[in-house]
Amino acid sequence: MTVSLYNPGEEQKSILVFLEHEGGVLANVSLELLGKGREMADGLHWSLAGLLMGHQVADLAHEAIAYGADEVWLGEHPLLQFFTIEAYAHTAFQAVSDGKPSVFLLGATPNGRDLAGRLAVRLRTGLNADCSGLRIDPDSGVLVSEVSGFGGGVLALIEMRTHRPQMATVRPGVFTPSEMDRNKNGKVIEIPLVLEEDMIQTQVVEREVGSGIDLTRTPVLVAGGRGIEGDFLMLQKLADLLGGDVGATRPPVDEGHIERQRQIGQTGVVCSPEVAICCGISGAFHFVVGIEKANTVIAINSDPEAPIFDYADYCIVGDVHQIIPEIITALRSEGEIAHA
Amino acid sequence: MPDLHMVVCVKVVPKSEEIRVDPETMHLIREGVRSEINPPDMNALEMALDLKDRHGGRVSLLSMGPPPFETYLQAALAMGADHVYLLSDRAFAGADTLATTYTLAQGIRKLGDVDIVFCGEESADGATGQVPSGLAEWLNVGQLTLLTNIEMDLKRGVARGHRELKGGYEILEVPLPVVVSVTTACNEPRFMDYRIKPWAFEAGRVTVWTAGDLDADENHIGFNGSPTVVSSLAEAPSRERKKQFLEGSPAEIAQLLLNVFREDLPQ
Repeated sequence: MTVSLYNPGEEQKSILVFLEHEGGVLANVSLELLGKGREMADGLHWSLAGLLMGHQVADLAHEAIAYGADEVWLGEHPLLQFFTIEAYAHTAFQAVSDGKPSVFLLGATPNGRDLAGRLAVRLRTGLNADCSGLRIDPDSGVLVSEVSGFGGGVLALIEMRTHRPQMATVRPGVFTPSEMDRNKNGKVIEIPLVLEEDMIQTQVVEREVGSGIDLTRTPVLVAGGRGIEGDFLMLQKLADLLGGDVGATRPPVDEGHIERQRQIGQTGVVCSPEVAICCGISGAFHFVVGIEKANTVIAINSDPEAPIFDYADYCIVGDVHQIIPEIITALRSEGEIAHA
Repeated sequence: MPDLHMVVCVKVVPKSEEIRVDPETMHLIREGVRSEINPPDMNALEMALDLKDRHGGRVSLLSMGPPPFETYLQAALAMGADHVYLLSDRAFAGADTLATTYTLAQGIRKLGDVDIVFCGEESADGATGQVPSGLAEWLNVGQLTLLTNIEMDLKRGVARGHRELKGGYEILEVPLPVVVSVTTACNEPRFMDYRIKPWAFEAGRVTVWTAGDLDADENHIGFNGSPTVVSSLAEAPSRERKKQFLEGSPAEIAQLLLNVFREDLPQ
């Protein structure tokens, strides 16, 4: 058997969460993991720690505490300013080897996945990837992760019994952050770091990260598929009137009609809006998994046999190019009445 | 520098839309289910073949699985790959990410002079997306993940990649050798070349390596090398929806939907 760097007998009863940040703000997925981590830690009387790496990011440590962390392990260094796999894996490895958490959670984001893949091998432990559910068995302390495969058609529960830490990456949008509590006490622990420039092979030549489209929290999702023939402007109007945002299936994204960050589904975003309106979408399984958490699903499609209707609460057989303008008109006139 | 040697790691997977779970045994039902090269891996193959078109060199395909997978892999030869290596041994069965990345890394070590290892973004069946990074760690080389484009500076021996990020991108440079993962659907995989198809599908075209050939540590392969266990497997329960059809003119339907919004949306 392969043996992990530390075993269940040596673990600390704690959950560690990788804290991602961009432009001085903690990532939503990190807050979500702090929320879920807090809930699991409370049930077991474990502690919750955040792993924060960067340059001049100490302020964020207090933010993480306000969102539920008991401790923040802080790796503060100029060479950590931007994510490079060498510097981040080195720092995280040191933090995990010192702190020996039982559970280590990361967001299933580009950097979270990179870091998790590296560390799992370096620590010789298992990795439950892209989880949609987490639970810790109160008797054994074993983390049970729910993952889906085959476009969401198959659900598996995965666990590791003899290896630590129990690593998992979690899809953004699955869990809910806790309420922020500025009065919550916590400890910031600095990770003693020796980082040298020549340890880092990756050179960041250029970097541009904008405001970031975040569909995971939109209250209303207006999603378009092939059937809207690239008319996302129409969908945007509807979304604006409802205080929502626009998403898409894969084909319009591949055809360049809309940004990839707006792709919904297995390889895109999982949304949990109050209302999802699916326009001209056939309903392939890898899309549907992205709206499964919507409270109410409305589908508009000209094909009465479209599979999307099996996943909708309200089904409308008709031409999206006729129906959506009518909804827009109705919403506008309602708005005028309300303001009159 | 000598010719570029590129390795593309691919997985043969059952077609997603045909897969079912046996409710009794909780195993995937594979009988009667057609397989294919994992579609995201085809984008990785295309990126490698494109580099070969531009810079020369050779492309090897590396996969892990039972011997019947050979024919699926031979399609890559007909697209322009030079060699196919299949890591096949009962001892590899039951591998999770840790054991899979170790086994693939052993295959790459045996190939020797590899400059770039290409992987797809994730697999359709497991969708862990964690193989490229783990592979780079076993090989102790750099990585460029989620690329939509790659450029080579062969004089300096570096690869420069355009990496997708949430709401943006970054351009990274990493010295060779490097492990690369390719963003799904970022390119259009080429068709098979009918002129080389007969050669590609000849029997014996695929080199098969066993655990012994790889000099693999038995503690790191298959079930033994896999910390994770699947404790339950089921078809995902789909949420029950109302499936209520609304009828009427577009204007009438719009009014019905307004009622839905009033009920379901916080004011």
